[in-house]
Amino acid sequence: MSHAASVHSLWTMSADAPQKIPAPHIEYAQLSPTLIVLGAAVLGILVEAFLPRRVRYAAQTLLTCVALAAAFAAVVALAAGGYATGKAHAAAMGAVAVDGPALFLQGTILLVSLVAVFTFAERRLDPAAHGRPVDSFAAQGAAVPGGRAEQDAVKAGFTTTEVFPLVLFAVGGMLVFPAADDLLTLFVALEVFSLPLYVLCALARRKRLLSQESAVKYFLLGAFSSAFLLFGVALLYGYAGTVTYSGIADVVSGGVRTLDPALAATTGNDALLLIGGALVLMGLLFKVGAVPFHMWTPDVYQGAPTPVTGFMAAATKVAGFGALLRLLYVVLPGLRWDWRPVMWGVAIVTMLVGAIVAVTQTDVKRLLAYSSIAHAGFILAGVVATTPDGVSSVLFYLGAYSFVTLGAFSVVTLVRDAGGEATHLSKWAGLGRRSPLTAATFAVFLLAFAGIPLTSGFAGKFAVFKAAAQGGAGPLVIVGVVSSAIAAFFYVRVIVLMFFSEPKEDGPTVAVPSALTSSAIAIGVAVTLVLGVAPQYFLDLAGQAGVFVR
Amino acid sequence: MAFPLLTLTAAIPAVGAVATAAVPAGRRTAAKWLALAFSLATLALAAVQLVRFDPDAKGPFQLTESHAWIADFGVRYELGVDGIAVVLIALAALLIPFIMLAGWHDADPQESGSSRWRPTQGFFALILMVEAMVVISFEATDVFLFYIFFEAMLIPMYFLIGGFGDGAAGNGDAGAAAQRSYAAVKFLLYNLVGGLIMLAAVIGLYAVTADQLGSGTFSLQEIVQARAAGKLDIATTTERALFLGFFFAFAVKAPLWPLHTWLPNAMGEATAPVAVLITAVVDKVGTFAMLRFCLQLFPEASKWATPVIVVLALISILYGALLAVGQRDIKRLVAYASISHFGFIVLGIFAMTSQGQSGATLYMVNHGISTAALMLVAGFLISRRGSRLIADYGGVQKVAPVLAGTFLVGGLATLSLPGLAPFVSEFLVLVGTFSRYPAAGIVATLGIVLAALYVLVLYQRTMTGPVKEEVRGMPDLRARELAVVAPLIALLLVLGVYPKPVTEILDPAVRHTMSQVHQADPKPDVNDVEAAK
Repeated sequence: MSHAASVHSLWTMSADAPQKIPAPHIEYAQLSPTLIVLGAAVLGILVEAFLPRRVRYAAQTLLTCVALAAAFAAVVALAAGGYATGKAHAAAMGAVAVDGPALFLQGTILLVSLVAVFTFAERRLDPAAHGRPVDSFAAQGAAVPGGRAEQDAVKAGFTTTEVFPLVLFAVGGMLVFPAADDLLTLFVALEVFSLPLYVLCALARRKRLLSQESAVKYFLLGAFSSAFLLFGVALLYGYAGTVTYSGIADVVSGGVRTLDPALAATTGNDALLLIGGALVLMGLLFKVGAVPFHMWTPDVYQGAPTPVTGFMAAATKVAGFGALLRLLYVVLPGLRWDWRPVMWGVAIVTMLVGAIVAVTQTDVKRLLAYSSIAHAGFILAGVVATTPDGVSSVLFYLGAYSFVTLGAFSVVTLVRDAGGEATHLSKWAGLGRRSPLTAATFAVFLLAFAGIPLTSGFAGKFAVFKAAAQGGAGPLVIVGVVSSAIAAFFYVRVIVLMFFSEPKEDGPTVAVPSALTSSAIAIGVAVTLVLGVAPQYFLDLAGQAGVFVR
Repeated sequence: MAFPLLTLTAAIPAVGAVATAAVPAGRRTAAKWLALAFSLATLALAAVQLVRFDPDAKGPFQLTESHAWIADFGVRYELGVDGIAVVLIALAALLIPFIMLAGWHDADPQESGSSRWRPTQGFFALILMVEAMVVISFEATDVFLFYIFFEAMLIPMYFLIGGFGDGAAGNGDAGAAAQRSYAAVKFLLYNLVGGLIMLAAVIGLYAVTADQLGSGTFSLQEIVQARAAGKLDIATTTERALFLGFFFAFAVKAPLWPLHTWLPNAMGEATAPVAVLITAVVDKVGTFAMLRFCLQLFPEASKWATPVIVVLALISILYGALLAVGQRDIKRLVAYASISHFGFIVLGIFAMTSQGQSGATLYMVNHGISTAALMLVAGFLISRRGSRLIADYGGVQKVAPVLAGTFLVGGLATLSLPGLAPFVSEFLVLVGTFSRYPAAGIVATLGIVLAALYVLVLYQRTMTGPVKEEVRGMPDLRARELAVVAPLIALLLVLGVYPKPVTEILDPAVRHTMSQVHQADPKPDVNDVEAAK
């Protein structure tokens, strides 16, 4: 068939296509977690538009919490209904997977977001402005920092209740991201959760220029990575003639040769597969903050409002690793010999760079940012295990890590001086003398980050290293252990600073939070200790959730 | 399921730690008494363990408990004691009340500042926490369970070293605080790195067992039995790598040259009772674990590594002793003396003779008691004068004769004077070593000569001679202090003359360990040993 003829046949086929497209069959019940969250987000916008300003805060907080809780209940119901195991399948015409890993990750994301929303809603830390309680967010995002409009907005007592629908949209995207079963859905989900995050980063009440700078950096680099991902999607489509994960996997394994005549020249071209796969991976590695795509992490973590940083550090990582796992285990298992060495390299440099660079940090938020990079490396060690154990260990690690992160950033919001949060480490000196409880709580989180036994960090680290060792990645374990040792140094340094240094005269004070932040921190500590002492139930859960649907 | 005696022995101090920490800031004395009561309860339980333990019973472990814990990792909550463990638990439980009494006023806040800062409660709670973790480390027969507490122990220890200074230096002094914080961090990082390397080996062990037995396990007995039955065959290289991973962590903890440098810092900067806690209680876990885990899990690799370890132990003995001779700081002197003694213990373990290992295990006990006696008296001395430097003292025996006398007895025990407990063990170690490695035995003997030098010179410079101006009017031991020292000295005398009750409990366990390593005592003729290899 000549080229012209094939194009002609395409045209004629598309002419009578309307009769051939089946009516889309959407399993609304199985997609209910996402639908609830996105629906609530839309409702939230209506609240912003129609409710008077004074009731918006209460309405938004309530709506957001109820939506997240309801969505979590839906996830639990689906899992109880067997969708995590026997009934796992690809819903919405193969666009979204409803299976064990998806439900586990969605549940984790929802719980983490719920706790994060508590810190978003905290209004007792900053002194009231003009008689009205304020939260961590700018009075009016669009106002020029330090300008007239901003002063007016502050004076009028504006608060940015838009953050709640923005969070809900981000959560909605994150729910779809690890469940996406075709590349276009993956891309759409990526954008849906990224765009609200860019906006949220820019909304800090204090240090607004830093906050806006972080948003611009995040946006520009994020746009780059999205472009890479999209380009990769296009190349993979060229390779396989389809964007569904299972379709591409079939072509990779040589099971199917697509007959789409328009793609005859490119189908099965390994160059397209390798380059396309690498570009898509790049996009995902950017989101999880793996070296060498980590440059944005410290700046964004430092500039963004701390509740947003905590949310981002916890939930984005869960969503990103979820998508990465699905891509590597469902689409590219046939290419294992090609991507494994690359991912080994990425894991090794991520662990080492994160740990080594963190040693020199002097700002607690940047320190936590680099520590999150090192942790991304540990998780990658579990990812490259390519065994079901590897999947479940990564799932467990994500659950454990996200609560520790969230708790740690919540504590950071409490330590304040006249300029807002006192994030410079020198100001934390002697905190243990002044507020033993706060310092002890932060120490628990640091010990969990360092992987000291009896904390969730140790159980998680052990799980991924065990999976890596069994998956034949012994050297990764050695590197992981070495970088753990390096990382321990700077976690310990902070503990030394808090407990063994004399408090400074002009040191920060610890604000007394409302029940919201207190419960966020308490949940963080409880999860950290429970997963450290009795992790079996959750390991079982993650173990049952370790199989991807195809 | 029988009465969970072992769990209870570890749980009581843990509960005590929480209870002590919860005592309100104003009730410092109540907190101290509460902590002491919990430590005495632990001692009572340890005594019950000793009574219930039957040295002649079959099977390696007694009073066992076993529960499912983390099935995914193949981890069980498995406890059990052999003769060595039961004696060491008793030693720890015995020393803790003395440590508390000796440090009764060490953590009293200098200024009545912020009411929320409760150093006294913290000090006693941390000691109890360490005790709980030490006890469960001695009891654990699951490698993973052991590892968890072996590592977790570092955290309370770290706060004890870094958070509570020696009265001599003055807590307000910024320089002393920096030194202390340096010592605490050095302690933590050395031990954490050792522990992390062990973690890699622990994971490796899991991978090997999971690979060959179907499901991974950490149970010491299960692994030992599987190896005996030929079901588990660890390749030579793997076994050696795993052995080294374990041994490294224990050698840091023990501490063995060249991984010892954290100990003089830690013992120098910590208060005397905490220094005793480190060297007499916590460090014993390292040498104990060599016997229980290194030798039993990796017998072939242990034999392979023996020549190198014997040499390292000899270097420890001589190097520690030589540096002790040269010290100007009393506490650092005792620290280096301890390094020398740990060299003897490791030498005894790896001589692979029943006399050597019996001696080594007995030495663990005796070293604990003798170091406690010497160091605690030194601590009393230092707290009186406010200086750790030997040169600042002189003629103390004329002013405070009881203090000087007890110091002398502690010192003589440290140099292994016949009639005091350490002599028996040191002699056994030397005999045991000599029968397998005659040269090593001879070199090790030099350590005793050096010990006499550093102890007697220390005594001479501080206690004899003209009475220094600053020492004049120094009070003698108080009742509380005497209550700490007298029982320890009595024990040193009793065990020095009649060690049989202890050795009877230790010996079956040592024989069992020897059989695990497939080692028989060498016959008098050295050539036979060569042939047997």
